[in-house]
Amino acid sequence: MNRPRTIIEKIWDAHVVCQDSGAPALLYIDLHLVHEVTSPQAFDDLRRRGLRVRRPNLTLATADHNVPTTDRSLPITDPISAKQVAQLEKNCAEFGIPCHSFSSRCQGIVHVIGPELGLTQPGMTIVCGDSHTATHGALGALAFGIGTSEVENVLASQCLLQRKPQTYRVQVDGVLKPGVTAKDIILALIARIGAGGGTGCVFEYCGSTIRSLGMEERMTVCNMSIEAGARAGLVAPDDTTFQYLYGRPFAPKGKDWETALALWHQLPTDEGADYDKAVTIRAEELEPMITFGTSPQMGIPITAPVPDPTKAVDALERDSLTKALAYMDLEPGKPLIGHPIDVVFIGSCTNGRLVDLRAAASVLKGRKVHPRVRTLIVPGSQEVKRQAEAEGLDRIFRAAGAEWRESGCSMCIAMNGDQLKPGEYCVSTSNRNFEGRQGKGGRTFLASPLTAAASAVKGAVADVRTLQ
Amino acid sequence: MNKFTTFQSRLVPLPVDNVDTDQIIPARFLKTVSKDGLGDQLFYDWRYDAEGKPRPEFILNRPEAKGAQILLAGDNFGCGSSREHAPWALTQFGFRAIISTSFADIFRQNALKNSLLPIMVPRDVHAELFRLVERNPDIEVTVNLADQKLILPDGRVVEFPIDAFSKQCLLEGVDELGYILKREAAIAAYEARRILSINTLSQA
Repeated sequence: MNRPRTIIEKIWDAHVVCQDSGAPALLYIDLHLVHEVTSPQAFDDLRRRGLRVRRPNLTLATADHNVPTTDRSLPITDPISAKQVAQLEKNCAEFGIPCHSFSSRCQGIVHVIGPELGLTQPGMTIVCGDSHTATHGALGALAFGIGTSEVENVLASQCLLQRKPQTYRVQVDGVLKPGVTAKDIILALIARIGAGGGTGCVFEYCGSTIRSLGMEERMTVCNMSIEAGARAGLVAPDDTTFQYLYGRPFAPKGKDWETALALWHQLPTDEGADYDKAVTIRAEELEPMITFGTSPQMGIPITAPVPDPTKAVDALERDSLTKALAYMDLEPGKPLIGHPIDVVFIGSCTNGRLVDLRAAASVLKGRKVHPRVRTLIVPGSQEVKRQAEAEGLDRIFRAAGAEWRESGCSMCIAMNGDQLKPGEYCVSTSNRNFEGRQGKGGRTFLASPLTAAASAVKGAVADVRTLQ
Repeated sequence: MNKFTTFQSRLVPLPVDNVDTDQIIPARFLKTVSKDGLGDQLFYDWRYDAEGKPRPEFILNRPEAKGAQILLAGDNFGCGSSREHAPWALTQFGFRAIISTSFADIFRQNALKNSLLPIMVPRDVHAELFRLVERNPDIEVTVNLADQKLILPDGRVVEFPIDAFSKQCLLEGVDELGYILKREAAIAAYEARRILSINTLSQA
């Protein structure tokens, strides 16, 4: 009998094209997603070398990072942004790559539209010039972010040189308490193992809690794997996965579906397979999480006080915490609950899908956002927007006093017009609280859509469980 | 890619853990469609104030940083976004190596593709380098990639790890794409033997 393997090793082994002694493996890529920000230099270099795109039919582009989320019938007003989006369209036309650009019905955040279109499938290797590519791991794919040189490598050869990653099992068992969500699981993991805890590894999320999550919630978990240092994170496919995929535009049909299903059933980790590392989390012990600092690892249960840097053991850690609290202008030992905020952002590839908008709507229905708080609700894609509107969520948001926007990365990356002003505080459902991430001088508290919506109502950081 | 040669340089200390690529180059500078001009935007929000004037206290603005080719930084350097603009900005500023206790995976890969050497050292050496440079900003260390050695001012030698393939690519100035394209026959054979149809997008 063959040695038991993890799903990570199975996908890896099936994609190794060849490997020279002492060199990294040449790994075949099944799906390459491209966006406007990290691709122009790669296309330029292809032209310079006189190369073509090897498999344009395994490549898909969209414009998401640098597009405004205002009225889609109007052109992009920022000339530099407009030029970058136009460049993407030109590059895709020249190299024969399908492109859902700014005005497409299928436009959206690249990590939202891949699964939505049924392009993301179990057992695939998927790359994109974006670190949140791990999102696609929710469907049992090995998906990771790459730099622009690697984008060029994949465009030209459909392959990447990669070293085999270590395997890291993240076991989450038990039942989540009310008010605790997928976002809180991943924020708790990052707080526990640190921003570099998963370096060199791919996470496999398993256990009864992960199994009980829907596909979109699994995407939230996998999405932030990179915030714990892991380039990829995945969940073995199961009936939840297959039901999600069935009937989607690019999912296999008829006899092909049966063939695919048989292959997908072989993917889950074999009994007795070894992992290089492992961590266990009990779902009952989790509280709604929020970050207080400028690294996603600086997360605490929402009821806990802000940590005291003087209690850090290591000098560099103490300095980093002190620097973070100075930037955030927060006092150690005080709770975050009740801390006034200026903006709430609900959206992004982490929490910009339909279940996230439903969660926010469940809080905002019949309530008003605090008059001081600007609340942006940004669907992850045009399809998410249509679905939300069909359910009437947009009317709930507008009635509550929130802004209902067009799809894109928006205030998660703040290079598209949606941004914080210096000094502003924001409760955000996005993935990074780095200094200036949401706008120069802006201060970010990362949290779930439930916590964000509750905070919008209170005008301050709030615990959704105690909302009147 | 240029061949990576042995060099001697002063160190620029940046004693912060988890320096993310948004600090190395903020997202608003990513609207460019070229690789040029990024060196001026390196660490922009730490380097310049709201009016765009250099903050005199920030290390890159101090006279001792001028001409230095090595950045000495905290744990998990380069975490966050996959933007290759980060190593582009660092190399355009003049850095050729970064010393830390650990590097984020994607940044490390991106750096190696741009002749920027990530040097991983043990915690005690890391802490001592910060002490040495604090005492005397003019100290110099030597980076010898061929022998994988970092030579301290007092002559002590610290070996650092790097995989043989990356080392050879750096020393010979070979870029990966050239290497990959020579495997065309293997790639075509792989495509031919795949069981499941991978013409995903052709259904469109």
